[in-house]
Amino acid sequence: MTLTAKDVAEIMRLLEQSNFESLSLEINGVKLNLQRGSAVPVRQTSPPAATAPQAPAPASQAPRKVRPPSEPGLSDIASPLLGIFYRAPKPGEPPFVEVGAKVEEDTVIGIIEVMKLMNSVRAEAKGEVVEILAENGALVEYGEILMRVRPRG
Amino acid sequence: MAIRRILIANRGEIAARVIRTCRTLGIETVLAASEADLDSVPARFADRTICIGPGRPSDSYLRVETIVQAALGVKADAIHPGYGFLSERPALARVCEQEGMIFIGPTAAQIEAVGDKLRARAEAEAAGVPTAPGGAVETVSEAMVLGREIGPPLLIKAVGGGGGRGMKRVDRLEDLPAAMDMAAAEASAAFGDTRVYLERFVARGRHVEVQILGDGKGRIVHLGERDCSVQRRYQKLIEETPAPALPPDFRARIHEAAVLFTERLHYRSAGTVEFLVDLERGAFYFLEMNARIQVEHPVTEAVTGVDLVAEQIAVAEGHDLRLKQESLKREGCAIECRINAEDPARDFHPSPGVVRSAVWPAGEGVRVDTHIVSGARIPPFYDSLMGKIIAHGPDRFSALERMRKAIAETRIEGVATNLEFHADVLADPEFARGGVDTSYVPRFLGRRHLPQQVRAHG
Repeated sequence: MTLTAKDVAEIMRLLEQSNFESLSLEINGVKLNLQRGSAVPVRQTSPPAATAPQAPAPASQAPRKVRPPSEPGLSDIASPLLGIFYRAPKPGEPPFVEVGAKVEEDTVIGIIEVMKLMNSVRAEAKGEVVEILAENGALVEYGEILMRVRPRG
Repeated sequence: MAIRRILIANRGEIAARVIRTCRTLGIETVLAASEADLDSVPARFADRTICIGPGRPSDSYLRVETIVQAALGVKADAIHPGYGFLSERPALARVCEQEGMIFIGPTAAQIEAVGDKLRARAEAEAAGVPTAPGGAVETVSEAMVLGREIGPPLLIKAVGGGGGRGMKRVDRLEDLPAAMDMAAAEASAAFGDTRVYLERFVARGRHVEVQILGDGKGRIVHLGERDCSVQRRYQKLIEETPAPALPPDFRARIHEAAVLFTERLHYRSAGTVEFLVDLERGAFYFLEMNARIQVEHPVTEAVTGVDLVAEQIAVAEGHDLRLKQESLKREGCAIECRINAEDPARDFHPSPGVVRSAVWPAGEGVRVDTHIVSGARIPPFYDSLMGKIIAHGPDRFSALERMRKAIAETRIEGVATNLEFHADVLADPEFARGGVDTSYVPRFLGRRHLPQQVRAHG
């Protein structure tokens, strides 16, 4: 795999939100050195200068254990609420979506119950459902990845 | 019923504090954390952390349904609400009661009884506990009659307020009508309740409160008092026990008043009854009751050796009180300093950010309750409390000495703190003498202002 422009943008965004000043990354011989405050990521072939590690900083905000995506470029459908996730409108009925389903931004993909109050969850992405991570009837946290979509159009 | 798993519906130092006791008791903990707190010390300390929503409290820590759903979802037996957030909202206690979830705190009815400040006043009167001259006023003419009777200066207090919120001082009777209208409008906006009441304003008062524990079956013990007169705009900064230099027999009478008040309510769990000691009249009045564990509870724990959170849990399990009044001993003196991320140079404005490094004190008689370590983030959504340093010694002199050393040992870098303020108060002879009133901090800051300017320019 190689770094796409989108990957770099995503990494920059993560760095921006973290409390680290710089980041160096090497994937398949491509070295990326990012520094907060510099507008353009610098590609370089020589090893980046060692940066002093910050005092024991907590990991940036992604400590949750999540199954890695089966292919690159997928969009996550994250849970908008903490609650009990249901894949179907009622028990015994077919699920809103299955793997392979085409979804639009406003396609309902499930329901989250919070103390008997049912909240429909929309895909907020356009594409094809390729992974369903959340189990029917399970507690999902705020921000937990429910499904992954291969974006289209 | 034995509690095996507790959902902690709070954050910061109190979440870490509750987890610590749960660990001692062998109780599993699940922390309900907002997105902004997922990396926090309590999040790493808990057996499990679940994300309940975005950082803003109204989207996470203040959502009753989400909290109860989270507790049900992780199969917790009980919810510990900590302080602030939902701890004194009858709604959380009530939903817990409906769902068969143990709420580690008082009943919803008890929270309601003391949350309505006018009702709490009536409860105090019924229990024979002194209240400040005053009472409910519905119209301006009623207020004028009562105001004349009490005499200015007066306080107009919102029934839905408390903890210093929703109060208005009136120095002249002719200002009362206008102030009444404004107070009612403000109370309506802030608390959704236009009701107000009048009370005598006490010019020289001390804030003395009594820690109690009840088992909900009418048995109450008190664990002594705390003096919290070192406040700035009703925010407590330093608390100590015992209250120094109280007028003769006040201590025992205040303890008794707190017990009478809470006995009548058949109060369950830990609670604090606050009193205002009127130094000019040599009287004390019931102020309000806080139906929760309080920030300053560790000073009481230091002198009594009681783990108040463990007692809250035991009572929540349905046990009778394990403590007997006659066997409760209070040894020595304890003092607490609240270390806040706020900038004294900018009128104590909160200073959120990343704590580059944090070194907390240790040593004999020193306890630190904190969630702040090097690299920790102080999100902008919450209060600025970084930690509490508690020093205990055989007498007040040695407790203060230990606190001075502890404050000097503390190093926080990356955010502004009030550490220097604490160091200066601890070095102030007036404070060291003991028994300052609630106007001490503004007076002290005024006094301190000049030499500091000279130092800054010199």
